[in-house]
Amino acid sequence: MSDDKSPEQRAPEQSPENVPAPTGQVGQVGVRTGMFGVSGTGDTSGYGGLVSAVTFPAPVQRPYGGWFDEVADALEAGTRAAGVEHALGDVVVHRGEITFHVRREDLVAVVKVLRDDPALRFEFCAGVSGVHYPEDTGRELHVVYHLGSMTWNRRIRLEVTAPDSDPHVPSVTGVYPAADWHERETWDMYGVVFDGHTALTRILMPDDWPGHPQRKDYPLGGIPVEYKGGSVPPPDQRRSYN
Amino acid sequence: MSTTDAYAGTNETTEGRVFTVTGQDWDAISQGLAEEAEERVVVNMGPQHPSTHGVLRLILELEGETVTEARCGIGYLHTGIEKNMEFRTWTQGVTFCTRMDYLSPFFNEATYVLGVERLLDIEDDVPEKAQVMRVLLMELNRISSHLVAIATGGMEIGALTVMTMGFRERELVLDLFELITGLRMNHAFIRPGGVAQDLPVGALEEIRSFVALMKKRIPEYAALCNANPIFKARLEGVGHLDLEGCTALGLTGPVLRATGYPWDLRKTQPYSGYEDYEFDVQTWDTADAYGRFRVRLAEMWESLRIVEQAADRLAGLEGAPVMVADKKIGWPSQLSIGSDGMGNSLDHIKHIMGESMEALIHHFKLVTEGFRVPAGQAYVPVESPRGELGAHVVSDGGTRPFRVHFRDPSFHNLQATSVMSEGGQVADVIVAIASIDPVMGGVDR
Repeated sequence: MSDDKSPEQRAPEQSPENVPAPTGQVGQVGVRTGMFGVSGTGDTSGYGGLVSAVTFPAPVQRPYGGWFDEVADALEAGTRAAGVEHALGDVVVHRGEITFHVRREDLVAVVKVLRDDPALRFEFCAGVSGVHYPEDTGRELHVVYHLGSMTWNRRIRLEVTAPDSDPHVPSVTGVYPAADWHERETWDMYGVVFDGHTALTRILMPDDWPGHPQRKDYPLGGIPVEYKGGSVPPPDQRRSYN
Repeated sequence: MSTTDAYAGTNETTEGRVFTVTGQDWDAISQGLAEEAEERVVVNMGPQHPSTHGVLRLILELEGETVTEARCGIGYLHTGIEKNMEFRTWTQGVTFCTRMDYLSPFFNEATYVLGVERLLDIEDDVPEKAQVMRVLLMELNRISSHLVAIATGGMEIGALTVMTMGFRERELVLDLFELITGLRMNHAFIRPGGVAQDLPVGALEEIRSFVALMKKRIPEYAALCNANPIFKARLEGVGHLDLEGCTALGLTGPVLRATGYPWDLRKTQPYSGYEDYEFDVQTWDTADAYGRFRVRLAEMWESLRIVEQAADRLAGLEGAPVMVADKKIGWPSQLSIGSDGMGNSLDHIKHIMGESMEALIHHFKLVTEGFRVPAGQAYVPVESPRGELGAHVVSDGGTRPFRVHFRDPSFHNLQATSVMSEGGQVADVIVAIASIDPVMGGVDR
């Protein structure tokens, strides 16, 4: 009986959906415990011991579909011509949007190709956005660029990572002056240093503010606010109801 | 000039003498400058200044009346909305982001909600009526936002009649918002999966009479301003920025269209069913403040056209659902008008408390915990009255946003302050900034 397996239950290596992804392909960026987003004694559901990995959409292989392949071809040819053929990393296609992961040291060369190549012409930099993944070890800080091509009416996304210990990313302001304030904002909120930015100063927070507020290790609230000598204590110290 | 001002400190610095001017005491400063015998003056304008279009601080370096350098200081209205959204459910996020650009709340809601819906993969499941209502509200909002842009722009150059007219008509739009959403501003009405509520009885008639009235009122702006020699003298050739400059600095919206380039996301990358409406992209060819005014004026006409079409479509969609059918996503609670004003729908209370255990569970789970959004990231820009507004929405698969970053067009377009105003006169700085129409709530978020 023990070796009488039903044909539906194939060995894991035979059923593609059960084969574990090769290491390094699925980027785990954290873990979630429990079931209901509650920590501590609040979760009485019995699911408190549940641990699940937080994974983002896995990189895909060609063909990417539609015009994605044209852009990828032109980008590969362009980076080869620019001498940075190893610049491109994983490519993620998810919900009809394409994300190119770029090695940070080659970022400027890549965006220059993206802007200038007639087959690419991503002349519009919509914005720069930082994301902090504290559990994505070695690449905690992600910087995301949204590029648009008005010529071709296309949009792509670039993603660059940097470790917390070395939060440096080259500035793209030389190629896209539009990224100026967005890079300042990402520095302000995440502490990413954009090398080559001419005036990387805080933009939304006060100039003398300590810390970078949108990092995940920065609390929400609890910052003593001073106003003409008086100060407001953090929420947990203001008053007690018990 | 006061030496006892605690915030001015000493009035002798390494950069020269500091004058603190708070009101009409210009004699002191001109006397002081005469003593200095220096032409170069650095002027801090704002952040509390009636002509800077909000709490915007301008640092101007002047040689006489000519601006040699202009820089913006922003952040005075920073409220940490993006950080706060990470601590609330996906639905509650709408309540935050509607407060960013307070003149175009529906656009903030729409771009965020479209991003969430893309991650949920329910873009095609959002009911038609919700899509049409979104378009209707966004276009009404575009009219009210452009009215404020024209009104405050007029006020800042001293054309107070334009201001009173603009706010008069804007109030009519806000009345419509109040009728449809219950609130004049900060509606939190567009929700992931649809909109919060169905159209109330009589709303379509109100919208139609508003459109009819606006068709009489908008020509008044044209009659007052279009050929007005004072208005033209202040606006023409001021804040010039051509297509190359706009592309390099990433400017969008009326500023870009005033260079003659018909870039409008409603046409080029349609969302919410904009491809089904007939309208034209308005452009102008002067690339200056006057062109931007004309583009806004013409866009209000186009918005009226879209509002009419949307109202016609809504007339045929009576009773259709306004929220996605998936009970695990669609907001369960309904509001209705009772004898004591708007409150919980008694039918809904009856349904969850007396009829359906499952409905009660869904209601409880969705209201307390919210729904989960699959991990990933999305960016769905919309054409706001000021240009491309987009939300970079990142989910880690939880019930709350992992990160939401708003690409606000005001934030982006303000970068052009320097190139638009350097070399011009101080008075033209005001016109140039008014023609960008930044809303500081959106700039600082």
